Amino acid sequence: MQPSPAQSPTSSRSNLAGWLYVSPLVLVLVPFFVAPMLVVLAASFFATDGFGGLTPGFTLASYVEVLHSALTLKLYLATIKFTVLTWIFTLIIGFFVAYFLVFHVRNQLLAIGLFLLCTVPFWTSNIIRMISWIPLLGKEGLINQALLGMGVIRQPLEVLLFSDLAVVIAYVHQLTIFMIVPIFNSMARIDKKLIEAAIDAGASRFDIMRLIVVPMSKSGIALGTIFVVSIVMGDFFVVKVMSGGGSASVVSAFYEDVGVLQYPTAAASAVLLTLVLVAIVSLILRTVDIRQEITR
Amino acid sequence: MKNDRGDIELAGVCKSFDGATYVVDGVNLKIADGAYCCFIGPSGCGKTTILRMIAGHEDPTAGEIVIGGQNVVGLAPVQRRTAMMFQSYALFPHLTVRENIAFALRVRGMSKTDRLRAADAMIEKVRLSQFADRLPAQLSGGQQQRVALARAAITEPRVLLLDEPLSALDEQLRVQMRQELRRMQRELGITFIHVTHTQLEAIALADLVVVMEQGKIKQAGPARDVYAHPHDRYVAEFMGGQNVLSGRVEKVNGASFTLAQAAPDGIEVPLQARPTVSVGDKVDIAVRRDDVALVRPGKDLPPGCTTSLPSRVLAIEYQGYFVKVMLDTVPDDEFVAYVPEKTFFADPFTVGDVVMATWATGSALPLA
Repeated sequence: MQPSPAQSPTSSRSNLAGWLYVSPLVLVLVPFFVAPMLVVLAASFFATDGFGGLTPGFTLASYVEVLHSALTLKLYLATIKFTVLTWIFTLIIGFFVAYFLVFHVRNQLLAIGLFLLCTVPFWTSNIIRMISWIPLLGKEGLINQALLGMGVIRQPLEVLLFSDLAVVIAYVHQLTIFMIVPIFNSMARIDKKLIEAAIDAGASRFDIMRLIVVPMSKSGIALGTIFVVSIVMGDFFVVKVMSGGGSASVVSAFYEDVGVLQYPTAAASAVLLTLVLVAIVSLILRTVDIRQEITR
Repeated sequence: MKNDRGDIELAGVCKSFDGATYVVDGVNLKIADGAYCCFIGPSGCGKTTILRMIAGHEDPTAGEIVIGGQNVVGLAPVQRRTAMMFQSYALFPHLTVRENIAFALRVRGMSKTDRLRAADAMIEKVRLSQFADRLPAQLSGGQQQRVALARAAITEPRVLLLDEPLSALDEQLRVQMRQELRRMQRELGITFIHVTHTQLEAIALADLVVVMEQGKIKQAGPARDVYAHPHDRYVAEFMGGQNVLSGRVEKVNGASFTLAQAAPDGIEVPLQARPTVSVGDKVDIAVRRDDVALVRPGKDLPPGCTTSLPSRVLAIEYQGYFVKVMLDTVPDDEFVAYVPEKTFFADPFTVGDVVMATWATGSALPLA
């Protein structure tokens, strides 16, 4: 094939157009994502004088420290416990809320209205949402009062607030919407005729859910999982507030490191966490080909 | 004992979605076991609703649906032993051809080896063996249609319901798949009910053609009856191939009556189907387009023709084996003659020519 002389200016122009299309994203990602990541990566290899002063250089000392610490494993186990519990509950609740909205609410306007209702908690800040659990779960809270009043318990339940249970409740409350939205989206694109065809073939409600709805919502489930897992694993604030300081997570540990000016250790922990998250996300993407599911 | 009879009886079947207007309005019909029945009508005439009621995806507001002697109203599709092939097929996009076809057996709890063997046999029957492991999106329209047919047929239903099965295909494929549907129906030996809005499809396939309008059956009968002997103006116009003329009865004499028209002597019509015609009645008659002969003015009419209407040629369309000549014979309705190609080109007309449109008197059909 002979390249025509007119071809190269055209292709360079389309190249330029291509760059123009990606430039907004590049302009945002480079200063706000790539650059900080590089700074953190660099800092993780620096040495420290112990008082916040960094000595540029290349040492693996911080990584050795983080990986050797027995605390690291404990923190990861705790974080993974929160992640898994949150994931299970958000998945179950999110799936059934989306299922209800898509397949049981006949009136589309009502479905959209109910869908918007799910976002109402997000009209206030995260902190207020967490604080608002206190009058409900606290020692003098509504639940304890009710249980005491009914005579189910004699002593107020301490486990409701400032506990791991409270952490999971707060996470589920915050993050279920991140499951509902993508699952709703993929379910809404299931042709209702498919359900009818399945009924025609004799499928029960459970068969339809198992063989049609779940497999066809896979991409939504995967997307929701990525949201929930990365948010929970990258969070320390909810753990801190809702456990009353009793529990820690990976991020809360290196937040403490930053507090005591141990920047390289904090940076090394951050890099490690990023790698773990990348591994989890790529595992999810390997099981579900989201791109293919979305373009189908 | 399993009842394999697939004869269907609709008795006073009505359906209303809003309680005020009836989409299906008092339909009575008998369909013999193993018949190929086509419901035909314009969109919104209720034909698909009837199909869905027979399938069990919609409940009738009133009336009975009897399959094989058993009233099936309220029963699930599986209990009715019907299967439906959906418009645009509704194949499961995440399942392969084999899994799609085996789906009904899977939810019936058949073991994996058994159901895959049964599916493979069915795949063979619809000639899709080399596509068994593909996803529906990787198939052509015609192949998807065959998968849909196989998926519906695998449960050995006694009635197969097809909702506009050919509408998603292009013209050539449609003719080909039409043959295939008929072949499958013969092979399976079960009742097929097919909804379409294409009259060619209906008369090519059906043993029983049911013409519908606004929720009511206008005429039901063998394809030739419906096409050649339409009951009324609606059926004649919908099925096509007929010229419909209307006028007042001028005189009734013995075996025929005369319809007043622009023609000097009126139109003579045999009395066969309408014994009770009196002078002054407004009557529609139908004349098949291929029965109309065109004669140049002043020439003798062919034998048997007593009526001739002077007309001007409005347009001519070459259709291959015949030529479609459009005439201004009647003021309000279109009037068309299908002239055999050889006859036409022996003495071709051009647009604007004046001709006499004539037909054998016996071929004029009075309509209800």
